[in-house]
Amino acid sequence: MAASAAARTSIGLTLRFHRVIPDCSKCPLYRLKSCTSNRANPQRRSSFNSFRTMNRHLQTSKCLSQAQEGSSNSEDPDDVVNVVFIDRSGKRIPVKGKTGDNVLFLAHKHGIELEGACEASLACSTCHVYVSAAHFDKLPEPEEREDDMLDMAPMLQENSRLACQIVLTPDLDGIELTLPKVTRNFYVDGHVPKPH
Amino acid sequence: KRLEAQTRNQLLVLIFASYTLFLGFAVCGKAFLSSGSPKVCIVGSGPAGFYTAQHLLKAHQNVQVDVYERLPVPFGLVRFGVAPDHPEVKNVINTFTQTAKHPRCSFYGNVNVGEDVSVDELQEAYHAIVLSYGAEGNRSVGVPGEDLPGVYSAKDFVGWYNGLPSCQELRPDLSCETAVILGQGNVALDVARILLSPLDALKKTDITQPALEALAQSRVCRVLIVGRRGPMQVASTIKELREMVNLPGTRPEMVAADFDGVAEALKDLPRPRKRLTELMLKTALEMPTEKEQERRKKASRIWGFRFFRSPVEILAEPGCNRVAGVRLAVNKLEGSGEKAQAVLTGEVEDVPCGLVISSIGYRSLPIDPTVPFDSRRAIVPNSMGRVHNAAGLYCSGWLKTGPTGVIATTMNSSFDTARSLLEDVESGKLDVSSAKPGSHMISSLLEKRGVKPVTFSDWEKIDDLETRRGEVSGKPREKILTVAAMLKVARDQ
Repeated sequence: MAASAAARTSIGLTLRFHRVIPDCSKCPLYRLKSCTSNRANPQRRSSFNSFRTMNRHLQTSKCLSQAQEGSSNSEDPDDVVNVVFIDRSGKRIPVKGKTGDNVLFLAHKHGIELEGACEASLACSTCHVYVSAAHFDKLPEPEEREDDMLDMAPMLQENSRLACQIVLTPDLDGIELTLPKVTRNFYVDGHVPKPH
Repeated sequence: KRLEAQTRNQLLVLIFASYTLFLGFAVCGKAFLSSGSPKVCIVGSGPAGFYTAQHLLKAHQNVQVDVYERLPVPFGLVRFGVAPDHPEVKNVINTFTQTAKHPRCSFYGNVNVGEDVSVDELQEAYHAIVLSYGAEGNRSVGVPGEDLPGVYSAKDFVGWYNGLPSCQELRPDLSCETAVILGQGNVALDVARILLSPLDALKKTDITQPALEALAQSRVCRVLIVGRRGPMQVASTIKELREMVNLPGTRPEMVAADFDGVAEALKDLPRPRKRLTELMLKTALEMPTEKEQERRKKASRIWGFRFFRSPVEILAEPGCNRVAGVRLAVNKLEGSGEKAQAVLTGEVEDVPCGLVISSIGYRSLPIDPTVPFDSRRAIVPNSMGRVHNAAGLYCSGWLKTGPTGVIATTMNSSFDTARSLLEDVESGKLDVSSAKPGSHMISSLLEKRGVKPVTFSDWEKIDDLETRRGEVSGKPREKILTVAAMLKVARDQ
């Protein structure tokens, strides 16, 4: 009894910041491009546990209001899109995504330190990333609302985009997304990274 | 046989003792390790407080974070500042809820730091304190007539429609036709938008019921948003401006001459300022499409920017103790860009109005005499979040940087403060080697003083009731409007 209590506590600690992402590619609303924005999910917010999908009262801009079981573990090679996140310390983190994955939630799934305060509703700029030059032009043009929010992001560059608006397609294979260094002190040990 | 029994008894005692020890360790293992567990106290449960907590918890495996909040309800300006028609901005509450429910995080609502417990006492109990209680004060315009009935600060007006308990008695008079808002930042635009929004749009938001009823009776149909400088110095951002331009049932009314020289200056502007100015120019000067002309003809409500104007007096009708107008001095600009200065020309202009809302900035207040405070800048003096001349004291959010910035700005600033704190733990500058009593000490102090904190699950009862009440009228929530009512719900089973 005591042992299981201890075990449960430690599991809770390690998985506390792990969120599960709904698999939009399986959502019929997304496929039909009829997923509505700002649709309130009338289901009540349940108490949080690590494996809960986003079943809560939520206003979003893209296909996220329906929780899906989404098994993002299938390794169908046709579906796999390789993504490299470069975190704020310059570390390269390669990740395997799938066609249809939302890049912000892919980042969360892999513990990348990319905030998404408004949860993909185009109401903040906390998921600001720099897109690798080779892939930037392959992304669809940002809608006006994304540009409006990007205007608020510090250290805006030509290749800036909001990660919550990037949906993976096969021709984005190899895309590299760099997290901007928005804070003034980056390292506990005082190391200052070389500028790119 | 006796020896066997004795051995068996000893064995049983040994087993029992180890089991108890193991049980004790498993249940309160952290207590055993407390000499390596820093205890941090955060004052204020808005975005600054929660983002600082989030970063500390993630980066340090043993830190215990206690968040203290004066009101029974958490989340600060996310709940009381963000406009009701911006629900997506409030999604961040989900992140904060996750943090609050972290095993090493505790929330203590209904605790007034500075009154119920002092910062000195907190420093005895915790290894470090992070002050993140924001800016609850107001910058005054400093002109005669500012105290007339009918003049309100935007902070109070926003608090009123957002259910801040201390602003529920505001009862603003909305029976006039023209309202003047002083200031041209996002808060000014929020106020303008709430004053002019079609009621149907507001009915489905979490705006308070009394505010909704007052707005239903409102006769305000013209809102002027006044600023000292020009179109290229407005502090608002494009999203909010676009919302005004697209606000159903309204049409813009600007002074074309205010935009002289602006089109020529566009090309040298950085992208955010350029896009914002382009939108303003288009709204003010461009010939609207036929469809837009039709829409404007049907619009019954008007809004507009007025530039190069500074208030010098708020006027009342003789013998009548209410605002009747604003006297504005006409300015010209010296210099350009963000650093341009408004200089008086000597001309004055009177604008009749029945409602004046000053939206020129919030202001932090000192809460404890032992905490250094810069009254000129109204912030706690600090470097990278480390409070000057105060070991173990840190600050984040508006208290640290001044009252500007959106949630993302506060987030970055809070992460910075958390990093500073963690650096200090690492380097030994912040001594966490001796165990500190943490919330145990504070809880018993509070109990002696008759203060009963509200826990996070108590808040969830309030949250639950508000949400259920909202469902009845199709709103995300129906906010509870007094501290007494909040506490009643929190205490009920």
